[in-house]
Amino acid sequence: MSTEETQHQDTAPGPAAEASVDRDLSPESTSTAPTAAKTRLSLGHSLGLVLALVALIVIGIITGGDRFMSVDNLMVILRQAAVVGVLSIGATFVITSGGIDLSVGSVMGLATVWASTLGTQALANDVHWTVMVLTALAVGAGCGIINGIIIAYGRVAAFIATLAMLVAARGFAEIISGRQTQIVNVPDFLSTFRGEVLGIPNIVWIFIFVAAAGWFLLNRTTFGRRTIAIGGNPEAARLAGIKVQRYRVKVFALAGLCAGIGAVMMLSRTTAGSSNHGYLIELDVIAAVVIGGTLLAGGRGTIVGTVIGVLIFAVLTNIFVQNNLDQSVQALATGAIIVVAVLLQQRFARDGRT
Amino acid sequence: MVTADKDAQLLQMSGIVKHFPGAKALDGVDLDIRAGEVHCLLGQNGAGKSTLIKVLAGVHQPNEGQISWRGEPTAISSTMDALRLGIATMYQELDVVDGLTVAENIFLGHELATGGVLHRRETQTKAQELLNRLGHPEIPPHRPVGQLPAAGKQVVSMARALSYDAQLIIMDEPSAVLDPEEVDNLFRVVDSLTAQGVAVVYISHRLEEIRRIGDRITVLKDGRTVATGLSAAETPTSELISLMTGREVVTDFGGTSNGPVSEEPVLQVEDLAVAGVFELVSFSLRPGEILGLAGLVGAGRSEILEAVYGARRRTSGTVRLNGRALRAGSVTHAVNSGIGLAPEERKSQGLLLDQPIYRNITLSAFARFARGLLLNEGAERSAARQKAQALNLSPPHVDRQIRTLSGGNQQKAMLARWLVHGCQVLLLDEPTRGVDVGARADIYRLIRELARQGTAVLLVSSEIEEVLGLADRVLVVADGAVVHQGPAAEIDEHRVLDLVMEGTTA
Repeated sequence: MSTEETQHQDTAPGPAAEASVDRDLSPESTSTAPTAAKTRLSLGHSLGLVLALVALIVIGIITGGDRFMSVDNLMVILRQAAVVGVLSIGATFVITSGGIDLSVGSVMGLATVWASTLGTQALANDVHWTVMVLTALAVGAGCGIINGIIIAYGRVAAFIATLAMLVAARGFAEIISGRQTQIVNVPDFLSTFRGEVLGIPNIVWIFIFVAAAGWFLLNRTTFGRRTIAIGGNPEAARLAGIKVQRYRVKVFALAGLCAGIGAVMMLSRTTAGSSNHGYLIELDVIAAVVIGGTLLAGGRGTIVGTVIGVLIFAVLTNIFVQNNLDQSVQALATGAIIVVAVLLQQRFARDGRT
Repeated sequence: MVTADKDAQLLQMSGIVKHFPGAKALDGVDLDIRAGEVHCLLGQNGAGKSTLIKVLAGVHQPNEGQISWRGEPTAISSTMDALRLGIATMYQELDVVDGLTVAENIFLGHELATGGVLHRRETQTKAQELLNRLGHPEIPPHRPVGQLPAAGKQVVSMARALSYDAQLIIMDEPSAVLDPEEVDNLFRVVDSLTAQGVAVVYISHRLEEIRRIGDRITVLKDGRTVATGLSAAETPTSELISLMTGREVVTDFGGTSNGPVSEEPVLQVEDLAVAGVFELVSFSLRPGEILGLAGLVGAGRSEILEAVYGARRRTSGTVRLNGRALRAGSVTHAVNSGIGLAPEERKSQGLLLDQPIYRNITLSAFARFARGLLLNEGAERSAARQKAQALNLSPPHVDRQIRTLSGGNQQKAMLARWLVHGCQVLLLDEPTRGVDVGARADIYRLIRELARQGTAVLLVSSEIEEVLGLADRVLVVADGAVVHQGPAAEIDEHRVLDLVMEGTTA
């Protein structure tokens, strides 16, 4: 912490009701606790999300019948959810820490391009297919670190810094690829990631693994704990001796790394690298994280919620595709679902407390 | 833990200077602290206490001066450094993260973990031990801190300071949000800490507390040490106050009251209640009258004010202004009818901290200065400047961010807002909390002056002396009910305390 962090941020005590002090300090005696609802995930909250998912599945079964419930279709849904899902895990950390990352989609696109240039592919064929993977991860993490440094040490708002990265990374990807789709010709790479284990596609396994690791990281490690603290009250975190700016860089690096992982999955799913990969995917990612229950203002995050959020959107898309419905209608429905889901969540959270 | 020799030199600071852009916060501070002592830091707001403790905590780096720790010259260049040396700080603003649990907050930054993986059970038990030690076994370590009242958060903050196994604990006005019993608890903990050789730097505006637990006193004024090593037990109050202010001060509540200027009540509150908070409160207020609400923190005083103001929806009863009923739960209606509130938490409930002073002053009335849809900031500025001068606001530059003002001056700006707006009834919630002695007198004078001009004032304060000194009539509240109502002249501090205590045991 060589830079002197003399930002005067007043840690504002909560709203009026909190300011009053009860004689007995046990929480049961607090008369009203408006912020209580926001503090932790209640069971009611997750329950609401699960119910929403179940409702969608029921609609899927009614409209699609056996076709919807087939194992094949289930895998289609999961495969589709996997890429958004991995990006969303990274975004959960960023948003929990009080930040936002608009650049994950274009960073993923850049990583697919960089990892599938003729040079990289030649190296991958000569040396090992993991060269492609490492390239994608390095590009993703590198962009994330750049985001983080600009935000943490340049004191640029995350929204602006990652908006700049969104545009710039896309442009860079177009320059590298010459706007051409780059077909992947590394058989070992494709066979590794296009395979399946126990009947489940490997890219779905990657999503499962990333989600599990993300859950552990957020809930069981000092890294996760400090991420929550930084999002909830950066001044308190700083006074507790946490190197807040360094953690911000780490969190954005993690989101970038997830974009790199997403790039690997995208390369194997589409067998091509393209500067168009991940176009507008950041909106799906943010929507999934927020309906999952992670607070956009930071200070609360839930990996389980994010996973369910991702699945809700994947199932919704699938229902529309299965029934040959218009994409525009789907977009309309998605917008409505975001609003309803967040409203319901707030209701559940309140009821869970009083 | 090595127990240091009692009375051994622990920390020495000399000639500490700290500049901020445009201001010199510290201008030559000397402080020496011995192991095992309670060293009290006295000074008005703006004297440099907060900056000094932030230097000690590693938040600010001094521009000049030496610090030595156990006789060795040292630099405290980060909060980590301070904690590593063994200096833990309990800040005045509640430095907790609402979304984390009690236990998580206590160990934030020094989590019990191996290789980054948390030990959750150990965290819980250790946290529980600390809470027990502080006399609060009823606070569940797994509860999110956001659900605790302010005093509970303070306990968490204390537990955190204890969890560092510190050699020096800085307590910045820990008693401000605590009740007498909790203060007793705190003092017990301080006693046991000092018995183990831990030093405590104690900051408080309450002299009687300093007399109770302090060993030595250092007085700061205008960023300088004006006296150090004074005996906490024997230095006369008048001497301390004159050191702090540079002048002799007797408690002056702005002269005697003139009483109401008219017998026709301006505010009538009947059977007002908010379910679960307070019940059936009735009173009336005449123009020019000051009515004081006394009671313990949490008895429902602030809530009564908020219900009158509409910030808290009443569940029954009526509030009438000049005979016309006010809509329940409508602040807009209350303000437009002529009621103003200076809230308890100025920073979070009253002010736009990053905005200039004048915009804060004209916040509820700026539309009046506008020409059609265009704001007239020139007129706003001059109206604000006029009130700022009348109130002795310092510095008198209304374009400055209000964040840069001391607590007392922020409160004056808050009052200036209602002067510009013009109101018939002014609700004041803890108007002198965190306000130093000098500014207090200004605020008292102002309240008197407003009353003289016919404004009715409803005043809530934790300091019984203040209520009795300012008010014409007193309403004593205990456990959400009015237990006494009568002229201030007919009741004394003892009796009020009696009533309050009875009320809570009943």
